Amino acid sequence: MRSDPATLTALFLQFAVLSLFAIGGGGSAVPEMQRQTVEIAQSLTDRQFSELFAIAQALPGPNIMFVALLGHFIAGVPGAAVATVAMCGPSCVLACAVSQVVERFRKARWRIAIQAGLVPVTIGLIAASALIIARGADRDWAGLAITATTFAVAYWSRVSPLVAFACAALLGLVGFV
Amino acid sequence: MSDSTPSAAPAAEPGAPSAVTSVAAPRPSIVELCLTFAGVSISSFGGVLAWARRMLVENKGWMTAEEFNDLLALCQFLPGPNIVNLCAVFGNRMRGIPGALACLVGLLGPSVVLMIAAGTIYRRFGALPALHGVLSGLAAAAAGVIIAAAVKMAEPLARVRLGPEHAVALTTFVAVGVLRLSLPLVLLVIVPVSIAFAWRRADEK
Repeated sequence: MRSDPATLTALFLQFAVLSLFAIGGGGSAVPEMQRQTVEIAQSLTDRQFSELFAIAQALPGPNIMFVALLGHFIAGVPGAAVATVAMCGPSCVLACAVSQVVERFRKARWRIAIQAGLVPVTIGLIAASALIIARGADRDWAGLAITATTFAVAYWSRVSPLVAFACAALLGLVGFV
Repeated sequence: MSDSTPSAAPAAEPGAPSAVTSVAAPRPSIVELCLTFAGVSISSFGGVLAWARRMLVENKGWMTAEEFNDLLALCQFLPGPNIVNLCAVFGNRMRGIPGALACLVGLLGPSVVLMIAAGTIYRRFGALPALHGVLSGLAAAAAGVIIAAAVKMAEPLARVRLGPEHAVALTTFVAVGVLRLSLPLVLLVIVPVSIAFAWRRADEK
């Protein structure tokens, strides 16, 4: 854990760029976060990345707050603050600045084309996020079984994913995974 | 704050009720905005969206269901975390920039503290056998949830004839998820291509 100015600046720039490239929502940026922090900077392992992602999903608050956890792991408390501001700041400024204009052109052809064009890209990015989280999480058959069961619950039932999280944590506690 | 109300109410006379507040409760104060979003933040297990909708539309009556849906669609259209953008734009419409900041502090503040606490525990005890197992279980479950989200999102694609959008989704997945290319780089190429296809498709209709 290093919270020197150079690390914090790098963290800020990475997430500030991602803030504006996370199309369709924060989940789209997960593959690039993993690439930057695990593959390039090697600040944490694949497994740690997936575990931190899971902790953020299990706790209340916006899912994007995964970046605070990631920032904290890399650079302590300043890292958590910097990552949060960088990930949320630029997109919020943009959203407040253009929301009225974009809203006015809701029925314009360019806006409909952009909106429709972003959909398949977002699908590809969320699928990539799923692949990356699963790769870091599923080390054995027990893990795969939990993933498959949670998928089934989340996909076919209206049971809260938190129930699945709680069951999975319990299974882990008794040594199943 | 007539300059920050939606353009849906053109030529509103000074003092006339705006589109936002005409059907809704009195405009909330800065403190109320901050506290409300803090409440949403700490109670929103399993995703903020449903909680924010319930609070803003049903409990407080600050927006109608339609206004909420329009604002959500707008924030999904713009880049960045949707719910955070929604919170900022809503705050901005209610009380200008201070309102936006108040909403953001409320939504993000408690969560940052929580994440720092969780991160501290993770760093100190994450390798202990008992917690190690819990974390493995959680991570495997999180993988299942996000795979389900991806499949649900992809479902509409399965219902239409094979076309450019399938190629775009697959190319994005391979480029970012398998080849691990830089996200900004991939988007700068694929997004214009995808929008061009969508533009042409609008022609055909």
